[in-house]
Amino acid sequence: MAAELKFAKTHEWIRPEAGGLATVGISAYAVEALTDLVFMQLPNVGRKVKAGESIGEIESVKAVSDFYTPVSGEVVEVNTSLPNELETLGKDPFGAGWLVRIRPDDPAEMDGLLDATAYEALVKSQPH
Amino acid sequence: MPDHLLETPLCSWHEAHGGRMVDFAGWRMPVQYASIVEEHLATRQATGMFDVSHMGRLSVTGRDSLAWLDSLLTRRVAGQVRYTLVTSDEGTQGLSVLDDALVARESDAVDGSPRLSLVVNASNRGRVVAWLRGRLPTTDVVLTDHTRETAMIAVQGPLAVAIVTGLCLADDAARITALRNYHGTLATIANRPAAVSRTGYTGEDGVELVVTAADALAVWEAVLSAGSPLGLRACGLGARDTLRLEAGMPLYGHELLADSNPFAIGLGFAVNLNSIDGSPREFPGATALRRLQTQPAGNVRVGLLFDAKRAAREGAAVTRPGDATAEVGRITSGSYCPTLGAAAAMALVDRDAAQPGTVLDVMIRDAVCLARIVPLPFYRRPPAQT
Repeated sequence: MAAELKFAKTHEWIRPEAGGLATVGISAYAVEALTDLVFMQLPNVGRKVKAGESIGEIESVKAVSDFYTPVSGEVVEVNTSLPNELETLGKDPFGAGWLVRIRPDDPAEMDGLLDATAYEALVKSQPH
Repeated sequence: MPDHLLETPLCSWHEAHGGRMVDFAGWRMPVQYASIVEEHLATRQATGMFDVSHMGRLSVTGRDSLAWLDSLLTRRVAGQVRYTLVTSDEGTQGLSVLDDALVARESDAVDGSPRLSLVVNASNRGRVVAWLRGRLPTTDVVLTDHTRETAMIAVQGPLAVAIVTGLCLADDAARITALRNYHGTLATIANRPAAVSRTGYTGEDGVELVVTAADALAVWEAVLSAGSPLGLRACGLGARDTLRLEAGMPLYGHELLADSNPFAIGLGFAVNLNSIDGSPREFPGATALRRLQTQPAGNVRVGLLFDAKRAAREGAAVTRPGDATAEVGRITSGSYCPTLGAAAAMALVDRDAAQPGTVLDVMIRDAVCLARIVPLPFYRRPPAQT
C-alpha cells in the first residue's frame, strides 16, 4: 500500500492528486471481502457530497453495499469503464480500479483519516 | 455474531478451510469458502458438497407411526421420499403452513413396524417438533429429534453419484446407482453406515447422506478426496441459495409463508386431499385446502428474468411497465444467477400479470429494471449421459 493513501474506517481509500483533486477507491481488503461482484453504481459528475455520505453502491452475489466519500466536496470525474469491468477492482484496487475523483472542500479533512499502518491494524482486528 | 450458535460436526472443518461463517437459523454455517460463483458453477459442471446438518432430522417409529404421520401431513406417506407440507388448521383461513418437509419410510424395524424419517427446515425445527409432540398418541408412536447426533451431507452434481458410489462396495454402489429420484436406501460409505437418498436442493442429480455425528468428518473428507480430482468443491449456503433459485425451488420464509395458498405457489402436488382408494383424507388444514383448491388463486408464484446482472432482492415491488403505481406483486427471492449469467428472481404476482412473456418493471432500490416472466425452473439439468 502506498504511503500517500489515507483510509476511511468504511474501507475507502483517498489519494491527493495534482490540482487540488483527490482520487477515491475501495481497499483490496474490501474487494476481497465482497467477492463475486456483479454490479456497481457510481455517482454523477457534479454532485456535491458530504464526508461519510453514500455515493454509490456495489453489489455482490450475496449483498449490496454502499460506499462512502471520505471527504466533502464535488465529484469531478468517475471511472465510467469500471462498472463494465468489475474484475479490475480485484486486479488493481489502488490503481485502475479507482471509483471517483473529488475536489475536496477542505483538503485538511484528509488529515483525520487513517494512514496505511492504522488501516492495516484495523483490518487485522476484524474477523474474517 | 452471537456466541450461542449451534455447530454442526463439520463446523471446525469449515473454519479451518476459509469458510465465512454466518448465523443461519441459529446455526454457525459457512455462507461461502471463496467465491459463491465458483462454488455454484462447480456444482453444475462437476459436483458440490454441502454441509446441511442444520436441517432438522426427525424419526417416527412404532407400530402406529405410519397411520399417525399420515393423519398429520398434506402428503400421503409412502415408501419413497416425498415432499410434503406441515399444516395446522389455525388462523383466520383455517390453514397455517408450519413448514415444508421431506418424509420417507426409511426402513422397518425387526418387528415389522415402520421407521419414518422427516427432514424439516432449521428455522422451523423447534415449532414443528413441538407441534408434532402435542399430537402424539399415548402409545405405539415414538418421535425422536436426531438433528444433534447426526450430520447431513448433500453431494450434488453430474458426478455426485459416481463419486459417492466409488466409496462403496459393489452391492451398495449398484443399489445407489439404481436409485430413482426421491428414493432412498441404507448403505456403507467410506466404511461408515449412511442413509442415502437421491434428493437435493440444487436442480442437479445427487444424493443426500445422513451419518452419525461421529462419522461426519470421515465421510466428508472421503468424498472430498475422491471428488477433488474431478472438480468437486465444498460449497456454502450462498451457492445453495443461488442453485435452488435457478432450479425454481421454493424456500420457506420467502416463497412459502404461514399464510400461503399452496395451490397458488405451485405446491398443489404436495397436497393429497384423497387417499389412494379415493376416500377423503383428513389432516389439519384439509378443510381449508379443499376450499382453496376450488377457488381461483390470487397471487401466483412466477419466475422473472432480467437482462442485467443487478439483482432484485426480496420485497422489491413488481409493477406494470411504465407505471410505478400499478403494483402487481413483490419479489420473494432474487440474485445474480451464475449459470444464467443474469439476475433472476421469483415473485408472487397477480394472476392477471403472470403469463410467461409478460414484461414487468421491478423497482431495484432507486432504479426501475425490466424483467420478463419465464416458466420455472430457470435451469433444468441436461439429460444424463449414459
